[in-house]
Amino acid sequence: MADNFPELIDTRGLRFAIDDGFSWVVANYGDTLERLLGPLLKLLGAMEAFLQWLPWYVTIAGIALLTYSASRNLRMTGSAVVMLFFIGAVGLWNDAMATVALMLAATVVAVVVGIPLGILMARSDRLRSIALPLLNIMQTLPIFVYLIPFVMLFGPGKIPAILATVFFAIPPVIRLTDLGIRQVDGEVVEAIVAFGATPSQKLVKVQIPLALPTIMAGINQTTMMALSMVVIASMIGAGGLGYQVLQGIQRLEVSRGLVAGIAIVFLAVIFDRIAQSYGRRAQKHLEHGE
Amino acid sequence: MTVSDVKIQVDKVYKIFGSRPDDAMAALHAGAGKAEVLQKTGCIVGLKGIDFSIRRGETFVIMGLSGSGKSTLIRHFNRLIEPTAGRILVDGRNIMDMNAKELLAFRRSGISMVFQRFGLLPHQTVLENTICGPILQGVDRCEAMKRGMEQLELVGLKGFENRFPRQLSGGMQQRVGLARALATQADVLLMDEAFSALDPLIKSDMQEQLKEIQARLKKTIIFITHDLDEALHLGDRIAILKDGELRQVGTGEEILFRPSDDYVERFVRKVDLSRALCANDAFAKVPVLTQAEAAGGQTAALLLQHPAVIVAHGTEMRVLTSCEPHSTKRVAYIDAAATLGQSFPLLAGEKTVVVMDNGAPAGILTREMAFKALSRSTHAA
Repeated sequence: MADNFPELIDTRGLRFAIDDGFSWVVANYGDTLERLLGPLLKLLGAMEAFLQWLPWYVTIAGIALLTYSASRNLRMTGSAVVMLFFIGAVGLWNDAMATVALMLAATVVAVVVGIPLGILMARSDRLRSIALPLLNIMQTLPIFVYLIPFVMLFGPGKIPAILATVFFAIPPVIRLTDLGIRQVDGEVVEAIVAFGATPSQKLVKVQIPLALPTIMAGINQTTMMALSMVVIASMIGAGGLGYQVLQGIQRLEVSRGLVAGIAIVFLAVIFDRIAQSYGRRAQKHLEHGE
Repeated sequence: MTVSDVKIQVDKVYKIFGSRPDDAMAALHAGAGKAEVLQKTGCIVGLKGIDFSIRRGETFVIMGLSGSGKSTLIRHFNRLIEPTAGRILVDGRNIMDMNAKELLAFRRSGISMVFQRFGLLPHQTVLENTICGPILQGVDRCEAMKRGMEQLELVGLKGFENRFPRQLSGGMQQRVGLARALATQADVLLMDEAFSALDPLIKSDMQEQLKEIQARLKKTIIFITHDLDEALHLGDRIAILKDGELRQVGTGEEILFRPSDDYVERFVRKVDLSRALCANDAFAKVPVLTQAEAAGGQTAALLLQHPAVIVAHGTEMRVLTSCEPHSTKRVAYIDAAATLGQSFPLLAGEKTVVVMDNGAPAGILTREMAFKALSRSTHAA
């Protein structure tokens, strides 16, 4: 090699400083953080236990009902049932339920945290100008990069898996909440303010209802991104379908990876359809006022 | 105008858009123009030294072309926009001094607003939209619904209360907007280009309806428009705004016949005077006799001093002139408040029509008088 890039600064010192600093945080606050996030672990554990305890036919019936109530479409409902049946038939039911539990827990956390953040962002242009680049970084940074600090803090297990999933999946719901609220017709907002609504009345009566279709689209995307994280999260101990894929890689079993992969795709299709149908119904409600 | 007649007083209101309002204000006070202020400070002068007052119960029209600052100005009355300097007194109270709580109370029950593009909530029914004001006031839901229904009936939308705004035409949606504004029972009604988005026929229907409602409720209305015909038709007084400055405030007649400067004059030149003037502005008063008096022979004497004499018998009227002292022809009549234009079809058929004031004959309008009124105004303008 003729021309290496010249070493302008010695980065070792900086890297050591970052690593040492983080190790210090882990050593001093690791336990506290783990205790703080205990409820999250309990939520995930409870959901997983519940979904695996529920008889399979009840789960299938429940999801079928959900699909039908959202889409009012028998074909869509039928195909959801067939897909779930396939997952059970190939022996992946419990893994699938673990994955659904992780996905739902991560989505719930992302929505609970993300929607208020989106609302704040819609209120302040300054906050938005800070948050947008951060969200961009969160979405483009390779996922493995933020697995490292989470694993260091909590050790391999479910908490880092769910936190990494939340981190990866939260940007769309924040972004689209902000966008939805900003897109609400200015005159409608002005009208309610002119009639003496407080800022919170304005939010609850006008901005959120009118932004709902966009917010639903954000929740949908977040759900899908959470699902796409399951394979990677399984590397740090999340279990579920992702673990089957991982084992397929480790043992070079094409069949195992393929079947688990198809099961993930099926889950994605089912949840995408449910979320999209809800979004469409919200939109329709606004347009025609059903 | 006595103090108690003044409902709203606007006192030297300035609005500067931009990041350096103080510098811009200083430059304005030093005598700089708008362009100069923009160049020096990067700020845009939205309103400059606006000063006028509005009487209780009058319809005050603020008119100007787009960019004149009229929509900015109307949003100052309920502080949707805050002025950079100046005061606005409503019932003698400076609304700029109100704290957040007082401002909410004022917006809820002191002032209400109708918007150009209606501003209705698309996910709520017509009735729910209408009672939005009372609900925010904290009125009990049942009572609010009752009030809402009354207002919907007043604007002629009974039977539509469970529809959604998108199912209604533009004119009907704006009626909902009007009903919503009236339901708060506020004294002051702000109308921001309320009828500008409607097509011409619906627009004139709405104007008539507003006049009817106003005759009954006697609100203080501030009406924004860019349409001078609309301004002349609705306004008791009119303010003309140009580039954020007030050019003239006066009655329609003052604006038409005594424009304060070139701009106003150019503005009013295009007005269709036949619609702006009423019969009242052109007719001549003449004596009115009953059938019996006319038979008594006074006619000849009266005709020496007056151009004509009206002989009335109920709604049957004859006009006697020195040329035709014994005319037996029935003559058509027109109300004094009717526009001159409305008299044209009648005048096309006959030389003279009788002008009725409050249901009683008051005088005559001839072709000549109508022409004179129109041409006099053109001369003056």
